[in-house]
Amino acid sequence: MDGIGGYVLRRLLFLPITLLVVSFATFYVTRWGPGDPISIYSGQYRDPEAFDRVRMKYGLDKPIVEQYGIWLKNVTLHGDFGVTFRYRDRTIPEVLTPKIWISVRLGLYAFIIAFALGIPIGVFAALKRGTWLDPFSIGVFLLFQSIPVLVTVPMLVLLFAAKLHWLPAGGFDGIFSKSMIIPTIALSLPSVAGIARLARATMLETMYQDYVRTARAKGLAEYIVITRHVARNSLIPVMTTVVGLSLVGLLEGTFFVENLLGIPGIGKFVVDAVTTRDYDVILAVVVLITSAFVVANLLVDIALGFIDPRLRTNAPGASR
Amino acid sequence: MSAYADAGDADAASQPSDNIGSSLTVRSVKRLLRRRLAVACLVVIGLFYFAGIFAPLVAPYSYEEQNLDISFQQPSLHHLFGTDRLGRDVLSRNMFAARTTVVVTAATFATGFILLPLTLGMLAGYRGGFTDAFINRAGEIFGSIPGLPMLILVSATMRPKFNNAVSGFEGRIHYHGLTSSGFSDYFLIFGVLSLFGWVGGARLVRTQVLGLRGSEYVLSARASGASTKRILFQHILPNITPIVIVGASASLGSIALTEIGLTYLGVGIQAPHPSFGALITDGASRSVLENHPALLIVPATVVASLIFAFNLLGDALNDVFTSRAQ
Repeated sequence: MDGIGGYVLRRLLFLPITLLVVSFATFYVTRWGPGDPISIYSGQYRDPEAFDRVRMKYGLDKPIVEQYGIWLKNVTLHGDFGVTFRYRDRTIPEVLTPKIWISVRLGLYAFIIAFALGIPIGVFAALKRGTWLDPFSIGVFLLFQSIPVLVTVPMLVLLFAAKLHWLPAGGFDGIFSKSMIIPTIALSLPSVAGIARLARATMLETMYQDYVRTARAKGLAEYIVITRHVARNSLIPVMTTVVGLSLVGLLEGTFFVENLLGIPGIGKFVVDAVTTRDYDVILAVVVLITSAFVVANLLVDIALGFIDPRLRTNAPGASR
Repeated sequence: MSAYADAGDADAASQPSDNIGSSLTVRSVKRLLRRRLAVACLVVIGLFYFAGIFAPLVAPYSYEEQNLDISFQQPSLHHLFGTDRLGRDVLSRNMFAARTTVVVTAATFATGFILLPLTLGMLAGYRGGFTDAFINRAGEIFGSIPGLPMLILVSATMRPKFNNAVSGFEGRIHYHGLTSSGFSDYFLIFGVLSLFGWVGGARLVRTQVLGLRGSEYVLSARASGASTKRILFQHILPNITPIVIVGASASLGSIALTEIGLTYLGVGIQAPHPSFGALITDGASRSVLENHPALLIVPATVVASLIFAFNLLGDALNDVFTSRAQ
């Protein structure tokens, strides 16, 4: 089968090349600028001799390309991502794993809520098409989509923490605590409109299919027509497409939400790592996120290929 | 070039198609103007751009003029939206922040979302072969890079080098307004955004060019001896430009937001040059938020309405232009 198997294989074979280019670019960009982690941590009072010795110890005095070769060898052969200068006696996976876990759970919450709101709203709007409720219900969430997280979070803090004193104004104490409510709302609200609009569009497309008319004609109750015939056929593609799209949005959202509220997740960690030039941490995160992106997009493509054979890129008669 | 002898023919042949193309565009624009919501969006965006472009003329105060005697004033006739911690006029600061957004969105839109995609997409689609493969692979790599972390990284590490380069350039041309006017910050942000923005547009252009390359009118133009350059610029470009502009207009909101976000994270426009990112950072700090919420609410409302208008306009443009095909 040359179809989807070949396509997946081609994409997977390209992943290492992507990672190689991306990691080299990141490597070069981080080490290219003036200043390095050693000069940042040695602060004002630095002994030039000790400074040079530490730089030598970490191999920072070598040419960038050679440093990259060493890094690449360590990663591929020993799974060693290097050192983090901020947490000197711990390995990068040790430092990163708990942070990623926090962000992943936060993202997952937001994801579930976005779907739980978006799909019903899209279905509702599709059913109410032609009335004022259709544009209104989507429009409200379109407005939320337009308000950047950077604005929603302080507003929510202002309302629920500063004025009403219902919720904490930030920080993180456990994933099932009140402190997660504001970040989850802020992260999920912008994604709702996208999901709802896609759900509405595919619902409307399916609603006028012949088999739906057949279902109505044979006397099925309207709600059975909608749930069993329309929704089932239209919403699965929505889910798969949106998963891929939302990942990007959620990741970017977590950067701001975590920094605004002081949640010790990966987004905050990366921004701190960039400002302190923690080379190897930045590299590890970029490599990790890039692979996650590529794999997630690939999974979405595969899933869509299974759901809708027309979308298989190599299949004859592919419409797109 | 013998092709030039026949250029008149090709020109004459392209003339009617040009007319149809432009009249369709005109028709689409007319259809757009009939939509009340789209016009409202245009008005909002127009006001914003007007305030931004003419900020030095219309703003009542300067964006950096401090007066500690009047810090944290309530809105009054002198200061319509009050003043901030350093006694700077909030209205003026928002106007100048709009200027930053205007410069960054306009430059990034024109370059990273129109010019680069058109150039690269047309190259890839028309040349094919190695060029196509190279641009495609580059696009694939850029497309799989996590945008925001990379933007943060590049703008954080490039800044010192870039500023050095700009001040070196300033020394050479004996003009020192570039760094002090914040121009180098604008340029850095716009460059970084363009670098990561071209992929989607270039793909769109490439598919369009691939489709048009085999179309009868392009074949006939080539048969009548039109040069590659002529075919690309006279026959293909006018046909794909509206599509690219409509596609790119959907990204206007996110361009503006990215600049604001980068500034919020400290790697965008640097103080004292105003940006909505900086205004929101100031307004969102705990003590300001509790005692002077107006400092957050003003920039937040402006940003939200601008992005809302951008998004709705992008939708409307898309509707109007894609229904053209039907």
